[in-house]
Amino acid sequence: MKKACKNNLPALLFLFALVMVWQLGAMGVNAAYILPSPVQILRKLWELREPLFTVHLPATMGVTAVGLGISLGLGLALAVGMDASPFWRRALYPVVVASQTIPTTAIAPLFVLWFGYGIWSKVLVTVLITFFPIAITVYDGLRCARVEMIELLLTYGASRRDIFFKIKIPCALPYFFSAVKMAVPMSVIGAAIGEWLGAQSGLGYFSRRMMTQLDGAGVFAPIVLLSAAAMLAVGLVGLLEKRVVKWRGES
Amino acid sequence: MLEFDRVSYRYDGEDFDLVDRLSFRVEPGSFQCIVGQSGCGKSTVFRLTNGLLSPKSGTIRVGGTDIRGRKGYCGYMPQRDLLLPWRTVGENLALPLEIMEKGLSAPQRRERVRAALAEVGLEGCGDKMPGELSGGMRQRAAFARTMLTGRDLLLLDEPFSALDFLTRISMQEWLLEQWQRHKKTVLFITHDVEEALFLSSRVLAAESSPIRALRAVPVPLGYPRTRRDMARPEMAELKEALIEMLKRGTEG
Repeated sequence: MKKACKNNLPALLFLFALVMVWQLGAMGVNAAYILPSPVQILRKLWELREPLFTVHLPATMGVTAVGLGISLGLGLALAVGMDASPFWRRALYPVVVASQTIPTTAIAPLFVLWFGYGIWSKVLVTVLITFFPIAITVYDGLRCARVEMIELLLTYGASRRDIFFKIKIPCALPYFFSAVKMAVPMSVIGAAIGEWLGAQSGLGYFSRRMMTQLDGAGVFAPIVLLSAAAMLAVGLVGLLEKRVVKWRGES
Repeated sequence: MLEFDRVSYRYDGEDFDLVDRLSFRVEPGSFQCIVGQSGCGKSTVFRLTNGLLSPKSGTIRVGGTDIRGRKGYCGYMPQRDLLLPWRTVGENLALPLEIMEKGLSAPQRRERVRAALAEVGLEGCGDKMPGELSGGMRQRAAFARTMLTGRDLLLLDEPFSALDFLTRISMQEWLLEQWQRHKKTVLFITHDVEEALFLSSRVLAAESSPIRALRAVPVPLGYPRTRRDMARPEMAELKEALIEMLKRGTEG
């Protein structure tokens, strides 16, 4: 614990300095509708705690969770499929990569037309943004299994199933966690973008509403909450990873 | 025990057979070493034997039966120990049992692993991670894992080449002890002539690359033997003769 504090100290000091510069700069500019100070944002966060924490945060987290869940399922299925057969790899890989060239933000308004203002248009944005890093990173993890290890198991008479569970999955596990750690913040961003474009609740929607009211601190408050939630989620995934993957780095 | 009958093998994209109509046999219960320069195809002979590669022509028999279509008829210990880093030492040893004897219950498996660890002098190391063991200990664990395949034919592919000198010679003595106790048939690859002479009853020298024949050179020493025996004049001569033979092979 002490060590963790010591390691994080430079980052905390730097962050503190940045916030101080921001605070002083905002006080100098003195135009809260353009540049609210950190203190004003925190005060706003406190004033708006009721709608933010009971309505909008749960809405955004719901979209994030559903989107992330679908992305995990889709990404893992694609990764396993591409690893299992060269045909599927040749068929899927280019399509998966091409899907990332679509400017999601630009076509997201269409999703609202297709799926309405409910949760699914936002979930679709989230999935489109996050399934790619999961599919590609986990696929790389499955491919990185050392040939010699697989061959050793083959000399024991191992089946494909044995090799998949005993070699490939453990090899891919650190990659899987890296992918999830990337995907969590991206899915939060995806949900917020979706809400920004059209929603009835959610932190992205709330931030946009505050924008129309020229309430600078009100724009920032849900965003601060959003990144805090994302950081917390990444931290939880990191803790889980530490428990599951004990051997990263040694091959 | 093991018999190669005019076996040929060619790698994809090559225009010659790396193993060319090779015939040799290994008697049951013997300890034989294949020596040859690096890249001459020694390991290919092993990979053909354990079924990772299939010969272009010829027949390989283990225990009198063609190996085609058979699985798990020999124990194979690769150059690097290949202990899986995400499994404890004990779980690593359990690997061949999990695959080859699926009917075994977990307690039965644990008991077999415990006995195998004790056999190689690693009592109490079952719960350690492979990274916590020294090089020599890792090789012993890998050997125990090979023994747990329960096969009579063991293929050991330069298992000690990555160890430092002192560990290597103590591992050689240890291996001979294990072999005498368990009466397995061991085929051992090395490029170290002295190691080959110390360990085996017969050296199979790969004189040429591609391998066309393995010249059988009997070692005039019985078992148990000690390192001091290696200083005998006839052993020193044999060593020189073998080195000369291998050198001619590289030049020709």
